[in-house]
Amino acid sequence: MKAPGLLGTTWILFRKDLLLEWRSRSRINALVFFSLATLLLFSFALGPDTALLRRGAGGYLWLAVLLASVLSLGESFRVERENASLEGLRLVPAPARAIFLSKALANAVLLLGLAVVLVPVLVAILDVRVVLPLPTLLLILVLGSLAIAAPGTLHGAIASHARARDVLLPLLLFPILIPALVAAAKSTALVFDGDPMGQVDSWLGLLASFDLLYWALGFALFPRVIEE
Amino acid sequence: MSAPVALDVQDVSKRFGAHWALARVSFQLPLGGALLLTGHNGSGKTTLLRLIATALQPSSGRLTVLGLDASTAQEEIRSRVGLLSHAHFVYEDLSALENLEVLARLLGRATSAARDAVVRVRLDPQDDRPVRFYSAGMRKRLALSRLFLKAPALALLDEPFGELDPEGIADIEGAITELRAAGITLVLATHQIQQGQGLCDQRLHLETGRTVSA
Amino acid sequence: MLTVAMLALGAWLALVKAPPEREMGDVYRIMYAHVPLVQMALLAATINCACSVVYLIRASWRTDSLAEASAEVGLVFAVLGTALGSIFGRPTWGVYWAWDPRLTSMAIFIVAYAGYLALRRFVDDPEKRAVWSAVAGIVIAVDVPIVYFSVRWWKSLHQVQSSTKTVDPAIYWPLRANILAYFLLFIVFLGIRYAIAHAARRRETTVPEPAGSLSRAVAS
Repeated sequence: MKAPGLLGTTWILFRKDLLLEWRSRSRINALVFFSLATLLLFSFALGPDTALLRRGAGGYLWLAVLLASVLSLGESFRVERENASLEGLRLVPAPARAIFLSKALANAVLLLGLAVVLVPVLVAILDVRVVLPLPTLLLILVLGSLAIAAPGTLHGAIASHARARDVLLPLLLFPILIPALVAAAKSTALVFDGDPMGQVDSWLGLLASFDLLYWALGFALFPRVIEE
Repeated sequence: MSAPVALDVQDVSKRFGAHWALARVSFQLPLGGALLLTGHNGSGKTTLLRLIATALQPSSGRLTVLGLDASTAQEEIRSRVGLLSHAHFVYEDLSALENLEVLARLLGRATSAARDAVVRVRLDPQDDRPVRFYSAGMRKRLALSRLFLKAPALALLDEPFGELDPEGIADIEGAITELRAAGITLVLATHQIQQGQGLCDQRLHLETGRTVSA
Repeated sequence: MLTVAMLALGAWLALVKAPPEREMGDVYRIMYAHVPLVQMALLAATINCACSVVYLIRASWRTDSLAEASAEVGLVFAVLGTALGSIFGRPTWGVYWAWDPRLTSMAIFIVAYAGYLALRRFVDDPEKRAVWSAVAGIVIAVDVPIVYFSVRWWKSLHQVQSSTKTVDPAIYWPLRANILAYFLLFIVFLGIRYAIAHAARRRETTVPEPAGSLSRAVAS
């Protein structure tokens, strides 16, 4: 009878989080429709000039994902507060870092799924085409989701214990995510418009560095956030 | 030769903001003993239990749990202490068995152990319903099954009799007797003194965070 | 007192003594306030970052109070500095705003620290507030430079940073004087705000340690 180590615990908790997300899949459906509605909002608010809309497609995708992430991150921690489950996990004892990794990964998977669903919708309603190879697009979606998930999980944990948590989370998170948002949106735009000057790699590099930095930061700081 | 000590609490105080929840509490509990912790709501019972479980750290004083220092050996202590609390540490959207299977895996145990624990508290392992639909009594039993699954050396029970009907109360009393028979050290916090008295051999009464002579 | 004197000196130098810039005329004098304000804001951010890190290593109310003070004073200076910069921008470049590295970083700086202060306001428990704002402070401190460098990769409209060597000496001294003056002002505000924060911490947490329990456990 040996307790699993950090990675083992991360895997167990990751599966638990995915199972929880699956169980509340009606909520996930609502989240998808929320993002679709957001895209429609952008399209209507920014006018019928399709050329203009097409140029902004990369940005709209990531804005929609970002707005949805606030809801999904909030829910991810509400579930833990419901029965003090987070404390229950700490007392098993499950290492706090495993809790961080599993939650951030589960959130990233959810956001990735959302982004994957939104791309064909974007293609359809904004009449954009995927010019660069699909693996590149997929890489952007993965790196972008990871970029939102790590600081999102860190700040999500903080906000879930504070008052006005629905406002506090976006307020804390959005300024932090701006570099990642810019990199993700620009590289996605290049995927749709073509990349004659070979810029995608620099943007991907920026995004990847951001991910590395914030996952490391979250990994280091999360235990301090949840210990009492 | 004195009996080995399960709990050694020395001058422990805990402050939340400007309010002292516990003030200089000291006591010892021998291994295999059972302590009845009484006091009204807000007297600090839950805080004391959480300190012993190392969910919290004291503002001052020293806690030694099962021979380990609570300020440094949290992980070790947590693996040997079980807490039955108001909050049940369960996920509403999972079934009873699923909840216990997560715990079993985290403890490095086989999932069959989860099944056994569910059966032991007379819940149905085949029941797929999410815990959301459980009654208060069933939830209590589920929380108890977590304790049985963990099989700790020290069990902390926080108001286990709350919200239960006579049958539920009998369940808890039976569980406590089983735990004691297995040699598990016990701390039972309740404001219903009658229920706890026969089951424990030591008593500590708290009033606004301080011990008072019984 | 010294601060007031320095400020008066600085203002006089800036407005009267320094010659008008060749291309931009008198408007550039706003720079004498804008530059020091922004520099002090960045200094405040550095202090906040240092306090956040230190607090997580060794908790102390002084560190937490200084973190709170530096965030708030820094935010005020940043808002003022950015506003002045914006006013400067209008007559010189024709725009109040431009998406260049420095302005963008300052905008994010402002929103980020506003969030930091909001976090502090929405957490009631002093210990948790201190830990969580330390974490938030570190994250912000890591982020603002990233924003700056990443935007700099791709755009720049802002004046190339003038070092003292390339600046006309006639401008050099009034600028330095003003920087010193604003630095003193910053220190004064920081000190006051720190004292307020520390007093608040004391009020929140110092209750006389209880004298002692009335008795020990008894066997029943």
